[in-house]
Amino acid sequence: MTTIGYYPGCSLHGTGRELDMSIRAVAEVAGVILTEIDDWNCCGASAAHSLNHNLAVALPYRNLALAEEQGLTEVLAPCAACFSRLKGTTVRLRRSDALLETMRGITEHDYHGTVRILSMIDFGSRLLDEGLAEKLTAPLDGLKVAPYYGCLLARGEEIVEGYDAEQPTGMDAALEAAGCEIVPWNFAVECCGGGFSMSLTEAVVDLSNAILTDAEEAGADALVTSCPMCHSNLDMRQRTINEAGLGPHNLPILYLSEVLGLAAGLQPERLGLDRHFVDAMRVAERSA
Amino acid sequence: MTKTGKPTLADEIREATGVDVAECYQCGKCSAGCPMARYMDMGPSQIMRLVQIGTDEARRRLLASTALWSCVGCLTCTQRCPKDLDPAAVIDALREMANREGTVPHDQKRILKFHEAFLKNVEYAGRMSEVPLTGLYKMTSGDLFSDVLLAPVMLAKGKLPLVPRVIRGRKEIRRIFKACLRKEDE
Repeated sequence: MTTIGYYPGCSLHGTGRELDMSIRAVAEVAGVILTEIDDWNCCGASAAHSLNHNLAVALPYRNLALAEEQGLTEVLAPCAACFSRLKGTTVRLRRSDALLETMRGITEHDYHGTVRILSMIDFGSRLLDEGLAEKLTAPLDGLKVAPYYGCLLARGEEIVEGYDAEQPTGMDAALEAAGCEIVPWNFAVECCGGGFSMSLTEAVVDLSNAILTDAEEAGADALVTSCPMCHSNLDMRQRTINEAGLGPHNLPILYLSEVLGLAAGLQPERLGLDRHFVDAMRVAERSA
Repeated sequence: MTKTGKPTLADEIREATGVDVAECYQCGKCSAGCPMARYMDMGPSQIMRLVQIGTDEARRRLLASTALWSCVGCLTCTQRCPKDLDPAAVIDALREMANREGTVPHDQKRILKFHEAFLKNVEYAGRMSEVPLTGLYKMTSGDLFSDVLLAPVMLAKGKLPLVPRVIRGRKEIRRIFKACLRKEDE
């Protein structure tokens, strides 16, 4: 059996809980063992790189070092921000021996650069290769979806290796395998307002409204994301957006792992679909 | 370097980020694609230009700019730069300078308070938890009443754990914070 390291990140124990539930459920179906990095810490998110550049590298560095010490060579970081911070750190360390020395001094961990960080998109493709493809026995019967990448799953050439930053297609194969129909749309890599949910809510309302509007105009039944921050802006804030006089929207926001889980015939509650703010249970009825 | 041997603003930025702002030819692609430009007093290309100019007045305007705080870190500017420059890293470096020199504009303090509350939470516990983060942010920013109606719904959906997440290695995390802040003073 394949073992992949797992860095859930802080959101997946709170606001992004259904992402964690659905990841664990589909990994089990695919026969992949997820081993959580023991005692992992927060990656620092936007706050660390906003205020202290050393901290922005040191916090991800400790996680990379722990993963290496625990014998993990590949680690899934589902949250787009965590992925970008962790993978970005591996890129920076590869480029600069001086930075590696500084981080060794600051963290008192010796990291030797052996860990590869996987995004949700890498993970989805990987599960299909590991045998999930044959287990998708309850396809979603032509559910029209708008695949949404947002910012940090699409930017930084060395971070998202091999995926096109402006027209990414990394989720397509998994979505099609799950029986979805992909609608062409314009906002796949536009920003939702990210970490400004609380501190600059008006920007989140404007930006997320534009994304929801375009997905609806393209005829999508649902939007599919892989990021808990985007999810909370588009799902939890959808009511705030409607209350601001925009929309009104009523678009289910699904995680890629939820779509795969439904197509594998798993119960929607096991995937956390009943925990969404905008009703997502109606999507489950589409699975054959 | 200036004739007097004093490093220019462009030197400081190159030292901090490796970006040579002289290479920016002001095509404006970064500002055109910036999703936050409408919330900023200047776009990323104007920031690059002011670093090139580098006078005391340019520096003063940069460090008091709202753009440093309204930048969401989406990396669109960096992704699209035809010269492979990294405006997002330049903005990060300027934001750190502004915070160090205490030139954060009053109407951007909420954003600074949010970042600070987030880091305090991580420094203490090793991980972020929604309840202490929101509590500390609301106390320090004065933004007391927004979103209070969301909390009960989040609780009901199991998305607002009341027990804060704490790691075993939190002493180590505190040491890492101290070492990073010390580096800052060097």
